[in-house]
Amino acid sequence: MQQSNIYIIVFSAVLTVVLGGLLALAAVGLKPEQKKQEDLFKRKSILGAVMEIGPEDDVLKIYEKEIQSYVVDAEGKRVDEVNGEKVEAENIEVGKEFKKAPEDRLYPVFEKLNESGNIQCYILPVYGNGLWDKIYGYMAVEQDGNTLAGAVFDHISETPGLGARITEKEFQKRLVGKKIKDENGKLVGITVLKGEGNNPTDPHKIDGLSGATITSKGVQKMIYNYMDHYLPFFEKKASGSNISMN
Amino acid sequence: MSTETLEQDQIQEQAVVKAPSEALLSKRRKKLMSDPLDEDNPITVQVLGICSALAVTTQMKPTLVMAIAVIAVIVFSNLIISLLRNLIPNRVRIIVQLSVIASLVVLVDQVLKAYFFDISKILSVFVGLIITNCIVMGRLEAFAMGNKPYDSLLDGLGSGLGYAWIILAVAFFRELLGSGSVFGFKVFEVAGIPYANNGLMVNSIGAFLIIGIIIWVQRARNGYVEHN
Repeated sequence: MQQSNIYIIVFSAVLTVVLGGLLALAAVGLKPEQKKQEDLFKRKSILGAVMEIGPEDDVLKIYEKEIQSYVVDAEGKRVDEVNGEKVEAENIEVGKEFKKAPEDRLYPVFEKLNESGNIQCYILPVYGNGLWDKIYGYMAVEQDGNTLAGAVFDHISETPGLGARITEKEFQKRLVGKKIKDENGKLVGITVLKGEGNNPTDPHKIDGLSGATITSKGVQKMIYNYMDHYLPFFEKKASGSNISMN
Repeated sequence: MSTETLEQDQIQEQAVVKAPSEALLSKRRKKLMSDPLDEDNPITVQVLGICSALAVTTQMKPTLVMAIAVIAVIVFSNLIISLLRNLIPNRVRIIVQLSVIASLVVLVDQVLKAYFFDISKILSVFVGLIITNCIVMGRLEAFAMGNKPYDSLLDGLGSGLGYAWIILAVAFFRELLGSGSVFGFKVFEVAGIPYANNGLMVNSIGAFLIIGIIIWVQRARNGYVEHN
């Protein structure tokens, strides 16, 4: 009996339904917790661009208090809805936007406020190609739209110990205080040098990573591209228009 | 070598199982658990599950989580398959085993994403690849299909632990020599010993070397010789 075709088909069908049902149940049941973790992780990276987050810090509370966010388009104009749907900076998937043409993308802006509630700096996402896969992160740019206040990077599959070192604070700190524009106000970005130990004093250059030249160049390109995309936004800001308020 | 011992095990099994009631941890059952730790280790002797042993062992913490995930999958799939062993049609047994493993792995992955988000990011695709870990399927096919649930559970636990201690040992050396830390604790820095991290250990090559050395030491100690 057990070898009959009918038995096999019925057995397989029942097994599929039972296993599928269990998995569906688990997926639905764990969804809220997973979403919470993802949101938490995102907020942690955004804050990570300007501050060190300890394990016992209440990320959500700090975020709520110190970050004000909105979305702009490629011309630096504020976008509140797309096709009648409200857009929120936290829900923009930079990776998905990256696939669109730069002028069609939505660009989230996170304003870091200081204790008196004034803007301290802007935290902007960056996204690009590393050696093996995508690299991404957040850059903190000061009010002048020129000086970098911090950065945080992450990656999908850069080589551990080489390219993956972009996630280390030690590397990210090299960007602090560097400038992305030259004296004439033209965007030049940051040049990531080949190798380490150059300790460049040039405000547009930082040390790269030994053995990870391509990842380093990826970081350089990613910073330039995204700072370029946000130029219109900074121009609008500089001209005094109040984008952050509704 | 491994299949031989398995067959012997199974013959023994059939003889002993008929005894009226066996102690919960009889000598035979203890052997089920201890064999895979050393003499019949899935990684070093059967040389299975090497892929994940190379990939996830750069640091202790994710390795520990990976080890727990594999133990959970192997124990429960062994148990489930053993419970179903008389119902599973022989012709589709492999796909049945595979779907049980796959379901458990997806479950583990979901739980990790919900409660250990950071680590699930590090392990990323390798949790999913437990499905293809030959150790799990090997135990189902070689043991759980022919043995009672409790024995299968012990066998799964033994194999899982056998896998776990090897990858933890590999991770220990790789993290220590490659990043100068253990469980993220900067050993050399705290001890004040100047140490330049060895990049080789962070690469898979480092894992190969360490696994090779473990196999060497183990074989030398157990006097194991490969016969053709």
